[in-house]
Amino acid sequence: MLSRVANRIFWMSRQMERAENMARILGVTSNLVMFGTKDVQEQNLLAPLSITETEAEFFERHDKLTLPTLIEFLALDEKNPSSIYSCLKWARENAHAVRWQITSEMWETLNGTWLEVRAVKPARITGAGATQFFDWVKDRSHLFRGVTYGTILRGEAFNFSRLGTHLERADNTARILDVKYHVLLPSVADVGGALDFYQWTALLRSVSSFESYRQLYRDQIYPIKVAQLLLLERRMPRSLAACFDLIKDSMDRIEGQHDHAAKRLAYELHARLTHADIEEIFQGGLHEYLAACLADFGELGSRIDRAYLGAV
Amino acid sequence: MQRRHYDEMRTESGEVRPHFRALSEWLAATPAERVAEKRREADLLFHRVGITFAVYGDEAGAERLIPFDTIPRVIPRAEWDFLERGLRQRVAALNRFLHDIYHRQEILAAGVIPAEQVLTNEAYQVAMLGLDLPNEVYSHVAGIDLIRHDDGQYYVLEDNLRTPSGVSYTLENRKMMMRLFPELFDRQRVYPVEHYPALLLETLRAAAPPRARDPVVVVLTPGQYNSAYFEHAFLAQQMGVELVEGPDLFVKDGNVLMRTTAGSQRVDVIYRRVDDAFLDPLAFREDSYLGVPGLLSVYRAGHVGLANAIGTGVADDKSTYPYVPEMIRFYLGEEPILKNVPTWQCKRPEDLAHVMDNLAELVVKEVQGSGGYGMLIGPASTKAEIEAYRKRVRANPANFIAQPTLSLSTCPTFVDKGIAPRHVDLRPFVLSGKEMRLVPGGLTRVALREGSLVVNSSQGGGTKDTWVVD
Repeated sequence: MLSRVANRIFWMSRQMERAENMARILGVTSNLVMFGTKDVQEQNLLAPLSITETEAEFFERHDKLTLPTLIEFLALDEKNPSSIYSCLKWARENAHAVRWQITSEMWETLNGTWLEVRAVKPARITGAGATQFFDWVKDRSHLFRGVTYGTILRGEAFNFSRLGTHLERADNTARILDVKYHVLLPSVADVGGALDFYQWTALLRSVSSFESYRQLYRDQIYPIKVAQLLLLERRMPRSLAACFDLIKDSMDRIEGQHDHAAKRLAYELHARLTHADIEEIFQGGLHEYLAACLADFGELGSRIDRAYLGAV
Repeated sequence: MQRRHYDEMRTESGEVRPHFRALSEWLAATPAERVAEKRREADLLFHRVGITFAVYGDEAGAERLIPFDTIPRVIPRAEWDFLERGLRQRVAALNRFLHDIYHRQEILAAGVIPAEQVLTNEAYQVAMLGLDLPNEVYSHVAGIDLIRHDDGQYYVLEDNLRTPSGVSYTLENRKMMMRLFPELFDRQRVYPVEHYPALLLETLRAAAPPRARDPVVVVLTPGQYNSAYFEHAFLAQQMGVELVEGPDLFVKDGNVLMRTTAGSQRVDVIYRRVDDAFLDPLAFREDSYLGVPGLLSVYRAGHVGLANAIGTGVADDKSTYPYVPEMIRFYLGEEPILKNVPTWQCKRPEDLAHVMDNLAELVVKEVQGSGGYGMLIGPASTKAEIEAYRKRVRANPANFIAQPTLSLSTCPTFVDKGIAPRHVDLRPFVLSGKEMRLVPGGLTRVALREGSLVVNSSQGGGTKDTWVVD
């Protein structure tokens, strides 16, 4: 497959996954600001900006951080490259460039999503409208993944699409956990103690794993178990371990001649997540662990870029 | 102004011509509602599939549908056979001409065409001098525009030997007609066109360097914002070859390679839909991002094939056009089968005088123009428009040619008020490789505005399926 085409497909899937994660983060944030002290509320509003590293950009354009300005900035702002609007636009642009290498259903899904989001007025996504909008974004992302899985030939296009989806997802889960952990855990001494139930529930819901937590642990919500679930539980499809099962699988299928560096790092990260121990991670510091993970994901992205996607 | 014209469906006494009879009976027997419903279905399908074209000068990247008319244009087999003979003859002579002017230049030595006419032409490429091409073919894909005048005769309006487009509509229109009106194809035998991509691939493989045993063919497109991107992608997909952009290719060790996820792979033939000037920034326009640096040197070394060749434009230039009948006599020793439209060349003083005296009656075109841009249709223009154009011609007469206003034939077409005659032309595609191949018919373009003679898609033209029938 042409490197340019693989690159477009990889980013098409990443952008769609990114839009979904942004919708999840904003959905939970809208929920969270109904609870807690003023301080906690503020931290909760800041979290999405920290996750996407767009705090400075936000305050260039807005004086006050409120839920409506936050949603405006991260959902529909055309100038913010991390907004849902921008992600859906680029997912569609990438698909357009390779629409003959993907199935027509995939193209139509992304094109239809783009045509719809383009028509959304900011006034529509406040209050109950906001929840509806975020649910719609998640639905479109589910639809796109389902359509992809159900229609595309099992070849390089499929491999690069999956690779993009899961690398993006791993990155997002790590970011969500990192930022939320700071908000939720005022001091290390609290590890093991039951904290604000609503806050933790919201975090789990943002990655669709509240029910999974209950099923797997049948217990109160403890930070260490939340981290276990989101990092190492490979049965949970948004966990880092689960993402890396699929990343490794996709990379196994990709044919290459000069891609040892990329494959080596993917296998190494996979092995690390497979054999990690949550207690040890906590001893070393969860934040430090996650920061190292994010750096590794970034490095893996660059190596994939060099090995397959035409970066010179 | 109402002009006489040839009606493709009916004779002057109003009788339906035999080859249109099956269609006409079907039209009469089918409720208008059902046809209207089918037309909406066609619109929807075209939109969903995204058979669109971008319009230059429109909002960046704007995509539009080319209107598709559901009434086909029908050509009887005998008439097509005649056209096919004429097209083969014409394209063979044009390829001989291109080979000649880049080699021994016999036609210039014989004084059949003025040497300066050829050698100073903008599209003449010295880089092609002395280069031997497989099968001596330059224009592997040629699109010849034909019209039928009020005398019932076909005339060649122009030759397109560079990167002619439109064949994807021929194929998509047929697919759409068979899907919407399968019963029509039961009524009479329509010659198939669906094998065009297979013929094209065979033609392209024949342009490969001799050393390539299983030639790798690619389609080179300027990219997704090009007006014909749909066609580039469509043909690549139908042939099962890669659709590449300039940056996907690079030159190394005397070969053209493409960047793939599994490393670099050699390319043997490039079906390029990028103009000469943009092909190689080292040889032509240095600001081009659409081409491949060093491509020309590989081409000249015979290590990659280009279709069409560089420098074919000199043969389809409107100022060369008047000499094509002479080329046919010169190279083939035959009388031209297809007629040329009488043409005045404004660079000749006596022709210019005639054109200036008769502007209101003539069609005037720029020598290098295409797509229906920048032309004057005298009888359809206001006095002010004519006078403005007169100034342009006077400023640079060599840039213009003029022809009588031909009355394009008409074909019944769906319009707002029902079915009405609209003017049509015909662009058959001629493939030249080891041998010449055509699919019966081609692209029929139709001017949808009442009385309009401009069929170009960028100017409000539509398309029709073209049937060759027994």
